[in-house]
Amino acid sequence: MNRKIMKNGVWVFIENDSGTIADVSFELLWKGRELADQLGSELACFIIGHQISAAAPELVAYGADKVYVADDSQLDCYLTLPYARIAVNLIKEFRPSILLIGATNIGRDLAPRIASHLRTGLTADCTDLQIGEYKFGKKTWKGILLQIRPAFGGNVIATIVTPETRPQMATVREGVFKKHLANSSRRGQVVQLNPVLTDQDMILKIVERVKAEKKVNLKSAKIIVSGGMGVGSKENYEIIHELAGVLGGQVGASRAAVDAGFIGREHQVGQTGTTVRPNLYLACGISGAIQHRAGIQESNRIVAINTDPHAPIFSIAQYGIIGDLNEVIPKMIKAYKNKD
Amino acid sequence: MPYRMVCLIKQVPDTRNITLNVLREDGTVNRQALPAIVNPDDLFALEMAAGIKDKYGGEITAMSMGPPMAIEVLKDALSRGADQAILLTDKKFAGADTLATSSLLEWAIRKYGEFDLIFCGRQAIDGDTAQVGPQVAEKLNIPQVTFAETIEYLNEDEIVIRRTIDNGYERIRGRLPLLITVTNTADHPRPPSIKRLMFWKKARTKNSVKSDQEQEMLSERGLLIPVWDLEEIGCSAEICGFAGSETWIKNVENVKLISRKPKLFDTSGQGIQNLINELVDDHII
Repeated sequence: MNRKIMKNGVWVFIENDSGTIADVSFELLWKGRELADQLGSELACFIIGHQISAAAPELVAYGADKVYVADDSQLDCYLTLPYARIAVNLIKEFRPSILLIGATNIGRDLAPRIASHLRTGLTADCTDLQIGEYKFGKKTWKGILLQIRPAFGGNVIATIVTPETRPQMATVREGVFKKHLANSSRRGQVVQLNPVLTDQDMILKIVERVKAEKKVNLKSAKIIVSGGMGVGSKENYEIIHELAGVLGGQVGASRAAVDAGFIGREHQVGQTGTTVRPNLYLACGISGAIQHRAGIQESNRIVAINTDPHAPIFSIAQYGIIGDLNEVIPKMIKAYKNKD
Repeated sequence: MPYRMVCLIKQVPDTRNITLNVLREDGTVNRQALPAIVNPDDLFALEMAAGIKDKYGGEITAMSMGPPMAIEVLKDALSRGADQAILLTDKKFAGADTLATSSLLEWAIRKYGEFDLIFCGRQAIDGDTAQVGPQVAEKLNIPQVTFAETIEYLNEDEIVIRRTIDNGYERIRGRLPLLITVTNTADHPRPPSIKRLMFWKKARTKNSVKSDQEQEMLSERGLLIPVWDLEEIGCSAEICGFAGSETWIKNVENVKLISRKPKLFDTSGQGIQNLINELVDDHII
């Protein structure tokens, strides 16, 4: 095995909002720890922001051996250029073998910028990461990152490798990996950085930033009621909200319903949105594209309502109702209120 | 002030509605059987550029890297308000990942020359990576604003853009030149103008005309869409196509999903009550 690759370790970019660390970063620390242990290497992470030093011990508790902290008042809110500059400088200095980044709006803005600068490969929205080997012609690469992701609109699963350049970069959506418990007895090293930024790095300014309380939390929802194209319109989506309200669940949606503008993207369920594991998943008027079914298959119970008896969603549901959701949902609400 | 704008457009197979007739017997997708369309988000990018042109004047150049048939998406862009189009095509461009694509686009844009704004769609529906826009911006050494919804202010080289962030939005002030990726929550794309559609329908590339005479005639009428190949762009074959790609596909498998036969309930009040009761009895709700 290539010792250089082993030595330089697995790295995770830690996303934070005024010091509050994104869940996806904890999930990646857990996965990164597992990969680093398999490679016999260290797990490092870096966090950029302002007044964030207090977060470092927490990152150690979640698995990091080393935490690099770039703390500067100019870095309070995420901006592409200064964050990319700091990341690129760190990577050039320490040459990690693997770099994992959350596939949030921030991660999807930052990761390609870093990969492009370093001329290395980047795989978006991985649904699994493993260490393995890859053979091509007479060459064999051992201990490299197998980046597994849905491709072609979620209809196939591809395994991607980055054999020849480092770091091997991948982004992962929130909820794909689980967040594990912290171990406060773990020991690690915290390294403070002194970022040097140019005027050119700070050329974009945030005039206003409006961030709502995170209202949609599909990942940890016990009950999710989702609508698809069968709902028909933005107005009619109210019926989905109503059922979710009665059951005390969250509102989800298929990609098609989001693309059609029925509801916001934060509600999107499936591998192209949020992978979910609720106790009950209610799919209303959703045909069941592969990436949608793949993103709900770990639900405890799935109920499908669809007018088309051949809709693929029925192949993953434990319970089905072949019928019009406009007729079925009001009856469900009534039945739920009647339950003994 | 008129602006020089480049809009990057991708032709994609329509992966949104995979029906049974595009599935092979082994369950894999027959890509060729899917209709080739303009990537949906790219139309929102073109609309944002066209909106600027309407207000301030300027010129929009649509650029697409793809096989010769990608001329169709350029014709579509021309019918919706692009002023000129350039097709980037060469066998050596094939098999490109996002890195190799952005390297080639960088060279093509540098050849195009001075620009104020570059527009891309948020992401393409076949790859869903959202990477090419930021990768091009980095290679051109210009800032980027991703997930843009509205241009709120534009005066000379000063711009204010509203963009979506997770659970909210941001207003960003910047200076041109700039690369913008546009979401589908931006202004809805205008339909093609019938007049322009009829005009551009006859457009060809020099590679697809039968005679010099035809080429001359098309050229005189402005219907010859320029084709830039590797030689024309002048970059090394090492940085584009499969040779310039750092992500390689190890293997592709069909998605394996659980297959169940659901217990069916009828749509009568009693049927639905039975379902609810079963879920209650199992402590699901």
